[in-house]
Amino acid sequence: MTAGPLIELEGLRVTFQGDDGRITHAVDSVDLSVANGATLGLVGESGCGKSVTSLAIMGLLPKQSAAVSGAIRFDGFDLLDVPDATLRDLRGNRLAMIFQEPMTSLNPSFTIGDQITETILRHRGGCRRAARERTIELLRRVHIPSPEKRIDEFPHKLSGGMRQRVMIAMALACDPQLLIADEPTTALDVTLQAQILDLMRELKAASGAAIILITHDLGVVAEVCDEVAVMYAGEIVERAPVDELFANPQHPYTVGLLGSIPRLDRRTSHLATIEGMVPNMANPPAGCRFAARCPFVESGCTQSPPPLAMLSATHASRCIRAPLERLVS
Amino acid sequence: MTDTTLGTSASLAAAETLESPARRAWRRLIRRKGAVLGLVVTALFILLAVFAPLIVPYDPIATSWSLVRKAPSLQHWFGTDELGRDVLARVVFGARASLLAGVISVGIALAIGVPLGLLAGYRGGFIDGLISRITDAMLACPFLILAIALAAFLGPSLGNAMIAIGVSATPIFIRLTRGQVMSVKVEDYVEAARAMGNPRWRIALVHILPNILPALLVQATLSIAAAIIAEAALSFLGLGQQPPAPSWGSMLNAAQRFLTSAPWMAVWPGLAIFLVVLSFNLVGDGLRDALDPKAR
Repeated sequence: MTAGPLIELEGLRVTFQGDDGRITHAVDSVDLSVANGATLGLVGESGCGKSVTSLAIMGLLPKQSAAVSGAIRFDGFDLLDVPDATLRDLRGNRLAMIFQEPMTSLNPSFTIGDQITETILRHRGGCRRAARERTIELLRRVHIPSPEKRIDEFPHKLSGGMRQRVMIAMALACDPQLLIADEPTTALDVTLQAQILDLMRELKAASGAAIILITHDLGVVAEVCDEVAVMYAGEIVERAPVDELFANPQHPYTVGLLGSIPRLDRRTSHLATIEGMVPNMANPPAGCRFAARCPFVESGCTQSPPPLAMLSATHASRCIRAPLERLVS
Repeated sequence: MTDTTLGTSASLAAAETLESPARRAWRRLIRRKGAVLGLVVTALFILLAVFAPLIVPYDPIATSWSLVRKAPSLQHWFGTDELGRDVLARVVFGARASLLAGVISVGIALAIGVPLGLLAGYRGGFIDGLISRITDAMLACPFLILAIALAAFLGPSLGNAMIAIGVSATPIFIRLTRGQVMSVKVEDYVEAARAMGNPRWRIALVHILPNILPALLVQATLSIAAAIIAEAALSFLGLGQQPPAPSWGSMLNAAQRFLTSAPWMAVWPGLAIFLVVLSFNLVGDGLRDALDPKAR
């Protein structure tokens, strides 16, 4: 199990060609790897490329407008290179995704049972009755009460939390090795978020699937992830095990993010904010992309793009001034 | 929309009465007076057409020189026409031609229009451009004019009239299907279906098509009404049902020469067309309201 990473992204680059000919760099040379059974948190603000990264892994980006380069190695396949038919066989089977919006991600014309059964039949074959039994079992695993009855309900009968459970059951239908969860809790209210996170932790322990959890919520990351990658403007700016990242952030952006979380144990009248705006990705700055907003900026920062440097065996930061301890007085 | 009390016994009781979207639409349809009226009248005409020989005692094409243009009477409730044929019998048998023409021509339009619309809307790009431009060209020509031209080209017969009307109604279905597909295909559940590894044809047929059926159903019902009028118009012009077989349109044509002396020859087929078209439109409007996802 520990032989190599389950999935490895190398130099992943996604650009979108706009109608007016402008090219937007959505994801830029992203290197990532997730081991079997591990959970990676992919964190960043809206538009930083986290969702595009996940869609690239799933091969769901529109072919006409998105150009994807680099390599995505999943268990011996290069996902960017395999034929569409192979990719379809992998999707839903060994690679599965939980979407952000449970309210709109279920087809209103079918019962939830039909939608899960369809996936099982698609990848596992077998008879309808066996698939139905497995569907009931899956609904039970995601703690949907009386699944024998719920299985024949239409999505409009279910609440948001229930629908997200159904989405999770659907993603788990074929015991995927890799589960990509794109902000699975964003559309839910706080109490439900906690329940869904508990559920994901429980399922992870039971199934041993690797998870890529995409979120902008550092609280969620702290609860479920083993490792965190922080993205900013299409690049990974810092990567570290979760405890290390929270205790010892080594990129000014991460420091800013951590500083802007409200905390119960510290009294402050103002939350820290990160000044400024995300750079325009149709025309990214030459040097560090965070330089314009960075409190530690110096002349070297704007001259050339900083590399992602390893600070220790597991901790990488894309800041030429790291380690940052000596900068903070 | 119920909330988080889903585990309670009350909501479980509610879950016993599982309601599919189709059943819910039906329940909402029969709440509307107009739609029910339309359904009843439509059903009545369908029964008339199916059981025509059992309902009227007269042969619709049997002529009689002693009964030319007789006013309505106890023997001939709707009167007789210029060849002494019973008008009631001809109206009842004429329902067959009209309803058949309405249903079959819309069937033809659906059979051609929906696959092309799916293809155009789902694939996009060059195929979409090609199909859409042809559709635009066909829509530039008025529906009835196009149908008349096609019927004249194919030769006068009821079958050819159905083909002509069906082909003329096709562009509406292509455009409707295409637009609906384009709005449904960006829904999250279609993306989710792709993420589940479904091939493209399956997404189009299994995940998208059922969600656009309501719109197609409404359009088809309203189009049947338009097709019945078109059939009557073609028959009026001699391009549809051929004499002596009865058809409301050709009856009106025969009646126009005797409008003052034998008005009943025009009134009854005209009334029949009016009633059938009105009821199909009522049903169509009712369906549109009943299937509207925004109305609760």
